Amino acid sequence: MTFFQTSRLLRRGFGIAAIAFAGFAGTAQAEDRQLLNVSYDIARELYAELNPAFIEQWKTNTGEALTIEQSHAGSSKQARAILQGLKADLVTFNQVTDVQVLADNGFVDADWQQDLPNNASPYYSLPAFLVRGGNPKGIEDWDDLVRDDVSIVFPNPKTSGNARYTYLAAYAYALDKFGGDDAAAQEFVGKVLGNVAVFDTGGRGATTSFVERSIGDVLITFEAEVENIRAAEDEGAYERVVPSMSLLAEFPVALVRKVAEERGTVDVSEAYLNFLYSTPAQEIIASFNNRVHDPEVVEATADQFPEVRLVTVEDVFGGWDEASKTHFGDGGTLDKLLRN
Amino acid sequence: MLRRFLIGLALAFLGLMVLLPVLAIFTRAFADGAAAYIAAIIEPETLAAIRLTVVAAVIVVPLNIVFGTAAAWLVARYRFWGRRALLILIELPFAMSPIVVGLCFLLIYGAYGPVGAALEPYGIQLMFNLTGIVLVSLFITCPFVMREILPVLMVTGEDEEKAALTLGANGWQIFRHVVLPNISWGLAYGTMLTMARAMGEFGAVSVVSGAIRGRTMTLPLQIELLYNDYNATGAFAAATVLTALALVTLIIRGLLNRFGPAREVHP
Repeated sequence: MTFFQTSRLLRRGFGIAAIAFAGFAGTAQAEDRQLLNVSYDIARELYAELNPAFIEQWKTNTGEALTIEQSHAGSSKQARAILQGLKADLVTFNQVTDVQVLADNGFVDADWQQDLPNNASPYYSLPAFLVRGGNPKGIEDWDDLVRDDVSIVFPNPKTSGNARYTYLAAYAYALDKFGGDDAAAQEFVGKVLGNVAVFDTGGRGATTSFVERSIGDVLITFEAEVENIRAAEDEGAYERVVPSMSLLAEFPVALVRKVAEERGTVDVSEAYLNFLYSTPAQEIIASFNNRVHDPEVVEATADQFPEVRLVTVEDVFGGWDEASKTHFGDGGTLDKLLRN
Repeated sequence: MLRRFLIGLALAFLGLMVLLPVLAIFTRAFADGAAAYIAAIIEPETLAAIRLTVVAAVIVVPLNIVFGTAAAWLVARYRFWGRRALLILIELPFAMSPIVVGLCFLLIYGAYGPVGAALEPYGIQLMFNLTGIVLVSLFITCPFVMREILPVLMVTGEDEEKAALTLGANGWQIFRHVVLPNISWGLAYGTMLTMARAMGEFGAVSVVSGAIRGRTMTLPLQIELLYNDYNATGAFAAATVLTALALVTLIIRGLLNRFGPAREVHP
């Protein structure tokens, strides 16, 4: 039922009943098989390119026509919406914790991270630097961020998942540099935070501060974002700098079994998730400046991604739960460092 | 001197705070040329957002006209237990933050809220589709019509209605031939306000929309999403549509002001 027909029904006087029916029919009726991929906020163009490729593959393999709908918003908000009844067949998020919430509530299998390769993360990224054209301040690594003459822009780790990666990446670097000396690491990260010119609430706000308001010498965000911003602006206006060491940022995917079983889409949803690991999909993903695992694609795109040593939140901080408690909770290390 | 100063101040303020931002929307939308602008507008998802926004408004506005008129008449003409409570309750949407409205609706009408859970077994889903968007818009905009009509009803009093009654008119005839002509301008203003708000609402709709591209994205949501995607032309092109819809509403209002009576009610 189209919206137009819906409104016509209404004009005939079906009133409230028609609205309720329209909402119901709008989700239940379809000729093609339908998938809803609920995803994070900046992945729209990526999935806009991946979906047609999968639809074609599915058609070739099964003869079935398929429509894939996309929903994009902050992944915590998306997880909450699914808990409240948004009918997602599968999720493609940028926060492991947000998939875990779904698993804790019985929407996603408990061992979802073992269901697919690489912790159910078909691609990954890392906090990297965007500096102004010609890199006038000579910023090459985390060490340069504690210099007195360097001014930094990244969002507030209190409100932004993106910034939490940045904070933890700096922390992990400092721990490594000072041989695990936590006091020295805190001093280092404290200096980095002290150099932040403005804490925006989210990644988009930080980008606006750096690009449109020309604040700061370096913007820190995911490498894929760094490249996207650079591509969107004038050639040579900005440069990417990948530090010597950074933190692995996973992009976890999972089948929302509870919904998929109800809608009878388990087979196609699983096929979709597996497709994300196939060479053609990994090529598309890499073209959006995300790093992938497929050996063939890794080799072909080697020039695109400078080498970097990556550590994980699990290895350095004992997982997200632990890191959240120690660093981001009220009275945690972040609060302490921000006060100083 | 003072008069000149005040006029200058008002014009400067309006220019900087209202006119300039509106002009900026159009300037930015056409920054990459008319072809890019048109391409951005006819992009299927933006078209779907325009359609959804208009459809939601087309559903919400008549319902709130009926409800607002009935409520205003009830409050103006009858004394009953709970009348004051009704007056306060009906203005609640003005006082509540839209995001809170959205969250309340999710709690009640979401798949695991009391109402949502009761309907779930019948395959009826209220949130994350057109229904959800319409429901929160109904709530957000329900005071406008009533607020516009109530003062008019209060001012005109019920003498004419009583006269009609003694002449043998029934309830519908009284409403049609006596009340409606009196309140028609107030009703028109209320309708305009309802329409503008229903199309422009962001916060509450954002919570219950589910953000499904091409299906549950209204224009305001679509604009934010395009902007976050670094698609400035798309975002501002979509913004011009929303602005144009608002401007049309304002122009109609201006025409009503010009040709309508009762200036003491609506200066």
